[in-house]
Amino acid sequence: MSAVLEVRGLSARIAGQQVVEDVAFDVAAQGVTALLGRNGVGKSSTIKALLGILERTGEVVFDGTRIDRMLTHRIVQRGIAYVPEDREVFGSLTVAENLRLAERDGTHRDAVARLFPELDERAAQQAGTLSGGQQQMVSLARALMNDNRLLLVDEPTKGLAPRIVGDVTRALRDAAERTPMLLVEQNLQVVRDLAHTVVVLSGGRVVHTGPAAEFLDSPLVHRHLGVAGAEEAA
Amino acid sequence: MSTLLLLLITGVGLGALYFLVASGLSLIYGLMGVLNFAHGSFLTLAGFLGWEVGRRVGDGTWGGLLAGMLVGLVVGALVAAVTELVFIRRLYQRHIEQVLVTVGLGLATVALFEGIWGTDPIRIAKPAWLGGTTDVLGASVPNDRWLLIGAAAVVLGLIVLFLRATPYGLVIRAGVENRTMVTALGIDVRRAFTVVFAIGGAAAGLGGVLASVYYGQVSAHQGTSLLIYAFIVTVIGGLGSLAGAAVASVLVAVIQQLANFYLGGTGDLAVVLALAAVLLVRPRGLLGKAAAR
Amino acid sequence: MSRIRALAGSTWGRVALGAVLVALAACLPLLALDIPGVLPGPTYTPGTLAVLAYALIIAALALSYHLVFGVAGLLSFGHAMFFAAGAYGLGVLLRLLAPTGIPSEAVFLLAIVLTLVLALVVGTLAGSLALRVTGISFAMVTLAFAQAANVLIRRNVGGLTGGEEGVTLLVDVVPPGLVGVVNTRSLYWLALAILVIAYLVCVWVERSRLGHVVAAARENELRVTVLGIRPYRARLVVFALAAVLAAVAGLGFMLLQSSATPRISASDFTLTLLVIVVLGGVGYRWGAIVGGVVYTLLDQRLSALASSPAIAGLPDVLRIPLSEPLFLLGMLFVLVVMFAPGGIVGIAHRATRPRRRRREDEREDGRPAVMSDMEASTHGS
Repeated sequence: MSAVLEVRGLSARIAGQQVVEDVAFDVAAQGVTALLGRNGVGKSSTIKALLGILERTGEVVFDGTRIDRMLTHRIVQRGIAYVPEDREVFGSLTVAENLRLAERDGTHRDAVARLFPELDERAAQQAGTLSGGQQQMVSLARALMNDNRLLLVDEPTKGLAPRIVGDVTRALRDAAERTPMLLVEQNLQVVRDLAHTVVVLSGGRVVHTGPAAEFLDSPLVHRHLGVAGAEEAA
Repeated sequence: MSTLLLLLITGVGLGALYFLVASGLSLIYGLMGVLNFAHGSFLTLAGFLGWEVGRRVGDGTWGGLLAGMLVGLVVGALVAAVTELVFIRRLYQRHIEQVLVTVGLGLATVALFEGIWGTDPIRIAKPAWLGGTTDVLGASVPNDRWLLIGAAAVVLGLIVLFLRATPYGLVIRAGVENRTMVTALGIDVRRAFTVVFAIGGAAAGLGGVLASVYYGQVSAHQGTSLLIYAFIVTVIGGLGSLAGAAVASVLVAVIQQLANFYLGGTGDLAVVLALAAVLLVRPRGLLGKAAAR
Repeated sequence: MSRIRALAGSTWGRVALGAVLVALAACLPLLALDIPGVLPGPTYTPGTLAVLAYALIIAALALSYHLVFGVAGLLSFGHAMFFAAGAYGLGVLLRLLAPTGIPSEAVFLLAIVLTLVLALVVGTLAGSLALRVTGISFAMVTLAFAQAANVLIRRNVGGLTGGEEGVTLLVDVVPPGLVGVVNTRSLYWLALAILVIAYLVCVWVERSRLGHVVAAARENELRVTVLGIRPYRARLVVFALAAVLAAVAGLGFMLLQSSATPRISASDFTLTLLVIVVLGGVGYRWGAIVGGVVYTLLDQRLSALASSPAIAGLPDVLRIPLSEPLFLLGMLFVLVVMFAPGGIVGIAHRATRPRRRRREDEREDGRPAVMSDMEASTHGS
C-alpha cells in the first residue's frame, strides 16, 4: 500500500529531554494506521513533532513534499487536520466560535452538523462549560468539517463514557473512509475496529510495525503494551 | 467627603491613563508571551509627535489637541506594528530574546528622544477648559480627568468590539487562551501578533498624548515611568486579561491617590505592596487564567 | 593559540592562566600602556585608572547578576537595588557613625560590615517573597521592589539618602590610602580585588551542590522536585548571595566615585546589567566580565566621541544618534540578541573550538541554554 506520510529519523525534545528518538514509519494512503505504546512512550509527542508543535529534526514527507521545516499552520493548510489529546477546545469561546475558527474550506460542515446535532443546539454555549464528550465532539468537528488529506487523531476516546466511545468510533470510521488517518489510541477495541496497520513505540522508538489484527492477537501486545491481548479485545 | 470624592475621581482619571498603556501590554503578553519593554517608547514618541503636530495646528486649542490625539493613535499603531515586524517576528517562539530586544529598544529609543527633544520636560499648552475644574457634589474635579476617563472608556469599548465582532478578534481571543492550538487549526497566528501590537501601540500612543495633557508636559522619560505602573497593573489584573487590566488600572490608581493623600505621599509604596500582596495570595492576578499557555 | 587552549583545558592550567591575567591587570598602573581609541590615556594616569577601575567594578556587579540570571535562570529586574544598598549603605552609615566618637578605622570597618548585613537581609527578604512566583511574575515583583527602593531613595526618606543629590563619601573616616586622585592606583587595585572575589565566589557557587541544584532546576524544575529537592531554598541562597556580591561592588563604587545618586537604583540600571551580561554572553562567567569591561569602555569612548568636533559638524540625522551612547549601545545589544545570541564570548567559543568539542549547553545556532530553559519554565505548554 502506498504511503501518504513518510517519517524518517524523526527526533524531538522537550526542555532538553529527548522524547522522540529517531522514529521511522509510514502512514498508509488509505484507512487507519494506529500508533500504539504504553503511557509516556512519546506517541503524542510524535504527532506534535510531525505538526511542528514540538521542535524536531528528521525527515517528514507528506504527499511528496518535505514538511519537517514548515511552520505548523502551513502544514495544516496543506490538508493535515489535528485532533489533540485532551480536546483543547477554546473554553472561553462559544461552540460556534470554535467551529468558525477552525473552518478552512468547510466542505463537510453540513455532514458534521448531522453527525453531531448536539453541537448545533449548543452553538451559543461556552465550550469550557461542555461535558468531556461534548468537547470531544467540538474537537472532532473542528477537524472533520474541512476537506483534509490526512487526519492526526490523538486519544479520541480517552476519559469518555462507553456510549460516547461508540459515537466517536463511528464518526472516525466514516471519516477514515475518505481520509487516511494516524490514530493514537489506548482502547484496543477501538484500534481493532478501525486500524489496519499498527506502529508500536517504546522508549521513544519504533519497536514493531505490521498488520493490526495480527499484532493484537499476538503475545507482542503484552510485551509492548503491558496488556493481555485477548482479554482487552474481549 | 468631597475630598474623598475628588480623590476617587482623579484616581479613576489616572487609572484611565494606566489602562491605555496596560491594555496593550496585557493583550500582547496574553497572545505572544512577550513582556514589551518598548511599550513606553511607543507612548513617548506618540506624545512628542502629537505635540509637534498639535502645536502647529493650533497651540492650546481643541483642534490642536484632537489633531495631536489622532497623530498619537496613528504613530503608536505604526511604530508598534513595525517593531513587531522587524524585531519581534524574527525571534518567533523565542520569548526571552523577544523580551531582551524590547529592553534594548526601550533603552535606545529613550536616549534617542533625549537627543532629539532634550533631557528637560517641555511644557505644553492645553485648551483652557481642560485647565479648569468642575464642581461635583462639592469636589472641584480637574476637567482633564474627564477627557482621560472618556478616552479610556471609548478605547475599552472599541477593543472589546474588535475582539468580539471581527475575525481577527476571534483569533486573538483564541490565541490568548491557547496559541499552539490556533496554529494547529491552520491559522497564521503571527498576523494576529502584528494586529495586537498595532492596537496596543495605538492605545499607548493616545495615552502618550493624553499623558502630556495630564502632566502638562512631554518628556523623554514619560513612557518609562508610566510603563512601570502599567506593568504592575497588568500583573495585578492578570496577564492577558483585558477586563483585569481595566479593573486593576482603576484599583491601582485609586490606591495610589488615597495613600498619597492620607498616608503622607506613600502612593508608590502602597502600589508595590498591593502588587506583592496580590502575587502572594493569587499569583495569576485578579482575573488571570490559571496557567499561561 | 592551541597551546593556550591546551593549558586552559586542565584545572591547574586554568588557575595559572587566571593568576597571570590578574597579575597583568595588577601591573597596569605601573605601566605606560596606551591604546588610543580604547583608553582615554596611558594606563598609569589617574583618569585612565579611574575608568578601568569603574569597568572592573561593573564587571564584578555583572558577575553577581550572572549568578542570578545566567546560573539560576531568574530574570530579575531588581538587581540594581542591592548595588545601591552597597553604595548608599556605606555612604549613609559612615555619616551616621562618624559623630559617635568611635575611632575612624572602626567606623569604616563597622560601616562595611553593617552594609553587607543590610544587603543580606534585604536580599533574603526580597528573594523570599519574589521567589514564591516564577517566570515573568518574578521579573515583575523584583522590578516593583527595585522601583520602591528607588522611590525611597529619591524621596530622601528620613533625610538619609539626600534625594536627587545623592550621598557623598565622608572622606574623614575613610582610610587615607583610599582617598583622592593620588590614590586612584589603590582604588584600582581594590576594584580588581573585588572582581577577583566576585569571580571566585561564582566559581565556588557554580561548582557547589547549590549551583548544581539551581542549574538543574532551571533546566527542569519538575525533575528536581521529583527528586525531593526544593529549588526554592537553593534559589533563595543564590539570590541572597548575589545580593551581597552586588553590595560589595556597590562599596567599591562608593569608594571609587565618592558619591552615589539615585540613578544606580533605577530600573534602567538593572536593564543595563542585563545588556552587559547578554552582550558578553549569557551563562559564561567570562561573558559577564568581558561584557562589563567592553560596555564601560564603549560607553566612555562613545561619550567622548559624542562631544568631539567631528560629530558636532554632522547633519542632525547623523549627529543626534551618534551623540547618544546609550542609543548606540542599545541598538548594538538588539543586534547581538538577534544575530549573535551567545554574545562576545559565545562568538569567541564558536570561532576557536572545533565543532565536536563545543559545550553541550550550547545549541547548534549558538543560542545559550539559559534562554531555552527559561522559556520552558515560563511558558510551559
